[in-house]
Amino acid sequence: MIRDQSLAARLWRFAVWAVVALFVVNLIGVIAAVLVNSFGTRWLGTWLPAAWTTRWYFSAWREFQLTPVLIVTFEIVFTVVVISGLVGVTSAYALARRDFPGKRLVVLAFLLPLLVPPLTYGIPLATLLYRIGLGGTFWGVVAANLVPAVPFVVLVMIPFIEQIDPRVEQAARVFGASTTSLFARILLPLLLPGMLAALLLVLVRTLAMFELTFLTAGPTSQTLVVALYYAVFASGVRAPQSIDAMAVVYMVTTLFWLVIALQFVNPTQIVARAKQRTADA
Amino acid sequence: MADEVASKEGGRLELVGVRRAFGAYNALNGIDLAVEPGEFIALLGPSGCGKSTALNCLAGLLDLTGGEIRLAGKRIDDLQPEARGFGMVFQSYALFPHLTVRKNVGFGLAMQGVTGAEANRRIEQALALVRLQGQEDKLPGQLSGGQQQRVAIARAVVIRPPLVLMDEPLSNLDAKLRLEMRAEIRGIHDQIGATTIYVTHDQDEALSLADRIVVMREGAIRQIGTPQDLYERPSHPDVAEFMGFRTRIPGKIVFLNGDRAVVEAGGTRLEAMPAGPLTAGDRVTVVIRPEDLVAEEGTDGIAATVDSIEYRGRAWFGLATGADGARLYFRADRPLARGHAISLKPVAERTLLFRDAA
Amino acid sequence: MAAAAQGVMRRPPLRKRLAARGLDGTTLLVLPGIALMLALFVYPFAYGFVDSITPREGPWFANYHTFFTDPFQYRTIAATLWLALPVTIINVVVAIPIAFRVRLMRRQRLLTTILVLPVTLGTVLVADGLLNFLGPQGWFNRTLMLAGILGAPLKLTNNYWGVFASLVITGFPFAFLLTLSYVTGIDPAVEQAAATLGARARQRFTRIFLPLLLPGLAVTFCLSFVQAFSVFPSAVLLGAPAGSTRVISIAAYQAAFEQYDHSLGAAIAIIMGLVQLVIVLAILGLRPLFYRGPVAGTKG
Ligand SMILES: Nc1ncnc2c1ncn2[C@@H]1O[C@H](COP(=O)(O)OP(=O)(O)OP(=O)(O)O)[C@@H](O)[C@H]1O
Ligand SMILES: [Mg+2]
Repeated sequence: MIRDQSLAARLWRFAVWAVVALFVVNLIGVIAAVLVNSFGTRWLGTWLPAAWTTRWYFSAWREFQLTPVLIVTFEIVFTVVVISGLVGVTSAYALARRDFPGKRLVVLAFLLPLLVPPLTYGIPLATLLYRIGLGGTFWGVVAANLVPAVPFVVLVMIPFIEQIDPRVEQAARVFGASTTSLFARILLPLLLPGMLAALLLVLVRTLAMFELTFLTAGPTSQTLVVALYYAVFASGVRAPQSIDAMAVVYMVTTLFWLVIALQFVNPTQIVARAKQRTADA
Repeated sequence: MADEVASKEGGRLELVGVRRAFGAYNALNGIDLAVEPGEFIALLGPSGCGKSTALNCLAGLLDLTGGEIRLAGKRIDDLQPEARGFGMVFQSYALFPHLTVRKNVGFGLAMQGVTGAEANRRIEQALALVRLQGQEDKLPGQLSGGQQQRVAIARAVVIRPPLVLMDEPLSNLDAKLRLEMRAEIRGIHDQIGATTIYVTHDQDEALSLADRIVVMREGAIRQIGTPQDLYERPSHPDVAEFMGFRTRIPGKIVFLNGDRAVVEAGGTRLEAMPAGPLTAGDRVTVVIRPEDLVAEEGTDGIAATVDSIEYRGRAWFGLATGADGARLYFRADRPLARGHAISLKPVAERTLLFRDAA
Repeated sequence: MAAAAQGVMRRPPLRKRLAARGLDGTTLLVLPGIALMLALFVYPFAYGFVDSITPREGPWFANYHTFFTDPFQYRTIAATLWLALPVTIINVVVAIPIAFRVRLMRRQRLLTTILVLPVTLGTVLVADGLLNFLGPQGWFNRTLMLAGILGAPLKLTNNYWGVFASLVITGFPFAFLLTLSYVTGIDPAVEQAAATLGARARQRFTRIFLPLLLPGLAVTFCLSFVQAFSVFPSAVLLGAPAGSTRVISIAAYQAAFEQYDHSLGAAIAIIMGLVQLVIVLAILGLRPLFYRGPVAGTKG
């Protein structure tokens, strides 16, 4: 807009874009390295592998038992999405529409899990889950993942619900809508876009949530990202290409949902929406 | 007082073939304009015609894609906005939300290196000019809309700019405040004497404020003139429409009669004033103001049926449809029922004829 | 919830009184969420705290005593800070000028989409990629050697720099996107106003943008710092988990799940939380000094 054409200004602009370019090139390099390696036969001391193959995908699928891992991953992720959607949207609705004593405390209870890093509360939570016999089970993993998921839905939905005029609901009441039909015919359609965005974001975040799942998962309740961690951790046991093939499978699953989510939200919202509200809390 | 707040003599402002394109779209199509020192100019035009673009080019907030801007003979279009020293009042006010009123107004002075007692004195004067004493230590968020508007004006004039630019400064205010501030803006202009360019899409505002009005349409200037010129002698049907000639009907010149012409339009023959050279047989657009198109009994006017009518004090104004479907805005001295057949007679000396483009 | 609502409804006066204070059927919708948070967040936290002061043997503070007297343990705080602070400062400081440029871009979407990738893919995948990319035969070293900058490959994995790189790759986009959302929240007309009043680019930044941006930057810094401070998978996979990158989360994890001393593990997790809290409070403690309020110019 205001374009300063002095030499210093041009140099500065160039420097800024150079840093961006450098970062993006390295980022693409990191991702491409995984991709290239997973399709390479042998890759030692050269720019690119000696030849191309898809066989690592077959071996990764077998070795890492990706079919059950993927099934468990989606079972966990969808359970988390459904529960956090139900609980989160109802809570957000109450918080958006009512002022009641202790509301600030409740909001704080929803904010903290997003501010405190998962590992800090994950360790006592995992200990507790193991103590009551949920550790290592499907429901243990779901429970742990709900801790950040529910507040996330709440904080995305509160501003969304606030901008729906409450008079719309009152009008529906005036025209004789019962609570159920008010919900089904008025609220749900209005809330749907926000819910879709919130739940897709929860889906992507849960797919990629490593720490909590890692602390609470047992052999039969591992998600893909935890399985990937163990594979990288024990590298040397398996061919690195095979591990990278699994990494690509993980990438594709996550990106598939990310691309869908980006149809409904702006990339900045993935980090900013929930976080920005914390600024005024 | 008047001396203290008076602006530096700016000299003549000239725009020569100013162009600005956004990609393939030409927002400004070669603007030529000369403004005398101390003049109050209104840029008037419908939404999207390029008024803000023109103002931003003057302020240096947009680069030109062609042409030149000169002030007192010196080229200024290659200067950065901060080097031009103009005062600008933004439509959204754009006050600095984190600075008090005093610091907002003093910002431009601080940038010029004016500080201490001298700065305080000038800030006081500027605030007095906009009648805002006693609010110095408030933040913009604590002021009403009208007060914010005044801070924005004080902030722009305190640096004694040779040129003050205002982009629809009153559009965010309610109707009453708008009228009050309108008078004040003209008053402030007369006190400081700075050349002022004022953007608006409200012709009342332009007519009452400006020394000269520049009517824009689609990135080009349609007409430049005093309010009276424009009101009485618009040179283009677009300008006429802006000036309240709401009825537009097609017609054909039958013959010329001295400074008048007889035209065939609306199924009858009318007398009207040509706005430019015409010859018999020319196709024209006839434009008439509602107050000059009078409903009468009889059959020698334009035949029409009443669609709607409303009382506006002293007379009734209505909309009727002509035989050929034309929309006719008329005046009547009594209420007329919807569907009533009427005959409309224009006042010849205030009915204008524009030749259609071939 | 419905039953509770009806229970309240049978006593009209009380119901009215509660509704006046904002407590009615709608308010009760918040209960499942609160119950969930109490059970899965507040209670475990309290449980962890009690657990940490009921050590397997010794007085109540034995775990904390163990941690702060064992250099192998207490040095993890310094090791973590030594990673998290420089990385966070770099990420936030670099994010600011870039956010200011990108704000003016008309097609931001491609860039922001690329940058959101590492944030969503997560540290494990980035660590896996970096192991290859930064390795002795990886593209990074090869390029530098090809350009003649390096004679021999740098060792960039299984040490401090590997973890550092992973924290930049995931942390920078995070800091950038957050900063961008704050920067774009500032009305561009405010900058234009400053320019017409004679402020040059640098003055516009220091006098207008920076004061408006500081509260947002403080939040960005805190969130970025907290993420970097709790670094775990990449410290294990890309770093030297027994040496220079033995961060505090590794210590907590090992105590709880490798030595099966959940009491000590809880204590370390709490220490970790406290250190973060101290830094975050220190930063946020500065906020009253900043302007806080709308950044969009004025009403309008
Ligand atoms: N940054 C831009 N990029 C592309 N087109 C633009 C840009 N700014 C303005 N335009 C176009 O230029 C034309 C003129 O815009 P301008 O803002 O000058 O209108 P205006 O006369 O001020 O209208 P209004 O009365 O609504 O403010 C419009 O069609 C607008 O779409
Ligand atoms: Mg405009």
